[in-house]
Amino acid sequence: MHIREAWKDEPLVSNSGTMKVSVWRGQGDVGQFEEFDVPVLDNQTILDVVSWIQQESDPTLTYRFACRVGMCGSCAMMVNGKPRWTCRTHVKKVRKDGAIEIAPLRNLPVIKDLAADMTEFFDKWVKAEGVFHPSKTREDPIEPINHESNARQQASAAIECINCAVCYAACDSVSSNSDYLGPAALNRAWTLVNDERDSAAEQRLKAVSGDGGCHSCHSHQSCMNYCPNELNPTASIAGLKRESVKNLSWWGW
Amino acid sequence: MIRPHRSHPLWYAFMLHRLSGLALALFLPFHFYVLSLALTNAARFGSFIEWVHHPLVVVAETGLVFLLAVHFFGGLRLIALEFLPWTSRQKTLAAFALAASFFIACAFFLSAI
Repeated sequence: MHIREAWKDEPLVSNSGTMKVSVWRGQGDVGQFEEFDVPVLDNQTILDVVSWIQQESDPTLTYRFACRVGMCGSCAMMVNGKPRWTCRTHVKKVRKDGAIEIAPLRNLPVIKDLAADMTEFFDKWVKAEGVFHPSKTREDPIEPINHESNARQQASAAIECINCAVCYAACDSVSSNSDYLGPAALNRAWTLVNDERDSAAEQRLKAVSGDGGCHSCHSHQSCMNYCPNELNPTASIAGLKRESVKNLSWWGW
Repeated sequence: MIRPHRSHPLWYAFMLHRLSGLALALFLPFHFYVLSLALTNAARFGSFIEWVHHPLVVVAETGLVFLLAVHFFGGLRLIALEFLPWTSRQKTLAAFALAASFFIACAFFLSAI
């Protein structure tokens, strides 16, 4: 038998039947959950479920994804009330009583259905001075970096953020204080505070020490609990708090 | 209702710290009022101190001691979290704060009955 035909004989749908999936539908603040019956597959992620609904049941469903392999940070949603990267979340691990509830990320405005508006999330990233300020020009020789140094190790520990906003959606400090910069932006600031090539340490510490900065963190540690890349924004924010307190004069004291 | 994203030990540790702080803040004015009676109305203060030996009051006081201890140890945990180098044993520290508070509350109860 031709390989292609053999593949076609594989059943797309296993005999496990279907599951109830509630999906948030709506625009802005207005919306409701809509239920879909989705075939259960042996190997299936939440993003597969959302894609199946959009392709097979309701083409008007809006959601966001890109890489499907946990690199781009586009597909985060609330799954059964918890923020998750849906492309790397297996249905089997999160099904509750056989059902799944999928909603847009918490703490962000909804554009439509499952697509949250990430504008404020990225604006805060910039507000926390998350932009690299080089201390040298391209004319200078490349600066040797000691990877063993304490500062570099602290920066490296926090650098693998994909900006999926799972931590932002998990954070209760963000829900109670809309000015709070949030775990991802502050985590980014911490990597740059520890980056010896950066020239804006003072400016950055000022940016994260004011209202809505690192001192607005209540250490719930939900960011650390839910970060899909197993980063620890709480530890980064604690580092910023220490640096900030070491420089009380910036607060006008 | 505790929403699903909050159901992890360190969020509970935060909530316990917040609620114990609120409860202690509500208790403090009453505490100071009773202490002030020693200066302003010694007779009333004396009769109140008698009432303190009632078993129900002892149980309530045990609760207060627990709240005070859990807020104290929880506060130490947070100060350590913010000012000492990071340790990955955050849940252990929170569990220790709870266990130590329980121990102190029990010790108070046993000495009071």
